[in-house]
Amino acid sequence: MAKKKNFIEANRISFSYPSYDGVIPPLVLDGVSISISEGEFMAVLGHNGSGKSTLAKHFNAILIPTEGGVSVNGINTAEEAKLFEIRQEVGMVFQNPDNQIVATIIEEDVAFALENLGVPPEEIRERVDDALKKVDMYEYRLHSPSQLSGGQKQRIAIAGIIAMRPKCVVLDEPTAMLDPKGRREVMKTIKQLNEELGITVVIITHYMDEAAMCNRVAVVDDGRVIMDSTPREVFGKVDAIKERGLDVPQVTELCHELKKEGFDLPACVLSEEECVAALESLLKGGAQNG
Amino acid sequence: MLKDITFGQYFPGDSVIHKLDPRMKLILVIAYIIMLFVADGLLPLLVGAGMVVLFYALSKLPWKLIIKCIKPILPIVIFTAVLNIFFVEGDPIFEWGFISISGKGVLTAVLMCIRIICLIAGSSLLTYTTTPIALTDGLERLMKPLQKIKVPVHELSMMMTIALRFIPTLIDETQKIMSAQKARGADMESGNIIQRAKALIPILIPLFVSAFRRADELALAMECRCYHGGEGRTRMKQLKLTAKDWIAALVVAGGFAAVILINIYGPGVFRL
Repeated sequence: MAKKKNFIEANRISFSYPSYDGVIPPLVLDGVSISISEGEFMAVLGHNGSGKSTLAKHFNAILIPTEGGVSVNGINTAEEAKLFEIRQEVGMVFQNPDNQIVATIIEEDVAFALENLGVPPEEIRERVDDALKKVDMYEYRLHSPSQLSGGQKQRIAIAGIIAMRPKCVVLDEPTAMLDPKGRREVMKTIKQLNEELGITVVIITHYMDEAAMCNRVAVVDDGRVIMDSTPREVFGKVDAIKERGLDVPQVTELCHELKKEGFDLPACVLSEEECVAALESLLKGGAQNG
Repeated sequence: MLKDITFGQYFPGDSVIHKLDPRMKLILVIAYIIMLFVADGLLPLLVGAGMVVLFYALSKLPWKLIIKCIKPILPIVIFTAVLNIFFVEGDPIFEWGFISISGKGVLTAVLMCIRIICLIAGSSLLTYTTTPIALTDGLERLMKPLQKIKVPVHELSMMMTIALRFIPTLIDETQKIMSAQKARGADMESGNIIQRAKALIPILIPLFVSAFRRADELALAMECRCYHGGEGRTRMKQLKLTAKDWIAALVVAGGFAAVILINIYGPGVFRL
C-alpha cells in the first residue's frame, strides 16, 4: 500500500496545564510524536490520566501544545486565524451525549455547526438531511433530544459533526456512557463513517474489542506513546499491555492463556470468529491426533 | 413523570394558528393586549372576547384549555373584582353600614374581570400554539434592531435555547439525586418549612456542581462546532410572512379599529 499523505501530524509535542501559585505543573504530554494519515481508523488506548484525552484535544486546536507543534492538513494549530478551518476539518465527539446537544429539536442541533459557519440556509437543509441519513436517524429529525436513547443521542452528536463534512473525526470515549445496544449502534455508525465516507477516525476508548476493530492502535501511558502499531501486534504483547494496567480483548486473552498452557494456537486472536475458527481447528486437530 | 411536562405548555397541532409566523403572533398578542386596555366599555370588550373565542376556535384546541389557563389566576380576578366593587366611588345603589356599592363599581369590576380573562386567554393561546423554540426564534428576530444599541440579542436567545434544552435533563438529574439521597436516609417529606428547606441543600449542591460540569462540556462541544457568537451566523429555518399572517393581522387590526370606533361613537350604555 502506498503511504497516504499525513493528515494530522504532531511533532514532539509537550503539554502541561497552566500553573497555579507558582507550582510547576506536571507534564501531561511529554514529547509525543504521532502522525495520522487520511482514511485511517485508529484507536488510542490508555488508562485514566494517561494523557490520551489531552492528546486528542490537540488534534483540533482545543489545546495548543506548550512545546512542539501540531499541523492539520498542513495548517499549524497555533495559527489563530485558521482556527475554524481546522475545527471544520477535524470534528470532535465527546463522552456524554447529553452535554453536546445544543438545540431542543434534533435537526436544529445538527444544523448548529453549519449555522455558525454561515452556510446559506438551503445548503444547511440539504447537508443536515444528508448527515441525519448517514447516521440513520433521519426519521427522528423533529424529535426532542430527551425522547432519544443514549446511543441515538450520540449518533445525533456524530451527525452534528459530519454535517460540517470534516475529513477527520476524533471521538473521546464515545461509548463509555452507553448500554451495550447503544454501543453497538454507535460503533457501527463510526465504522461506516470510515469505510463508506472515507473519514479518518481517531477513537479514544476503554473497550478493547472496539480497539480491535481499528486498523491501528496507539497506547498512551504517562504522557508518552508507548506502542503504536496494528491491533494484532499491540494485543500480541498481552503481558506488556497488562503491565500498563490495560486489558486485551477477551478472546485474545483466552487464546493467550490457552497457549501458555501449551495448546497450539495462533499468536494473536482478535475477533470472536477468529477465536472460534482457531479453537475448532485445534479441537479437530486434537481429535485426529488422539 | 416530571419530564413529560412540555415546558411553555405547547400543544402540538396543525391549525392555521399553529402555522402563523411566531413574530406575527407575538406582535398580534401585544396589539391585542393594548386593545383590551384601550377598550373602555362593555361593548368593545365583548369585541375583544369575541376575538379570543374566534382564535381559539381556529386553533382547534380543546376548550377546556381556556379554563385551565384561567384557573390559576382566578383568585386575582376575584380579588380585583371585590376591590373594585367596594372601593370605586359613585352613586350608591346599595348601602349597609359603612359598606356602599356603586353602579360604577360593579361595572368596573365586570369590565376588569373580562379584561384579565381575555388577557390571559389571549397570551396563553400564544404559548399553546407556538413551540418554545419558535418563540425564542421569533423574539430574537423581532429584537434584532436592538442589536444596534448593544443589546446582546443573540446571546439572550442562545441562553433561552440552552435553558429550554437542559430543563428535562436537569429535572431527570434532580430525580436521580433525590433518589440517591433518599437511599442514604435523607428525609425530605417531614418537618416544618425550615427543616424541609434545609433538606433541599443536599440536592441542590450536587445539582449545581453537575450543572457547572455540563456547562463546561457543552461550551467545549460548541467550540468544536465553530461557535463564535452571533456574528456571521445563518439560520437553517427562515421565517417568512405568508398570506395567513397578513390575514390574521387584518383581523386583529379590524378588531382594534372596531374597539376605537365604539369607544368614540358607540352607545353610552355600560361605559365608564
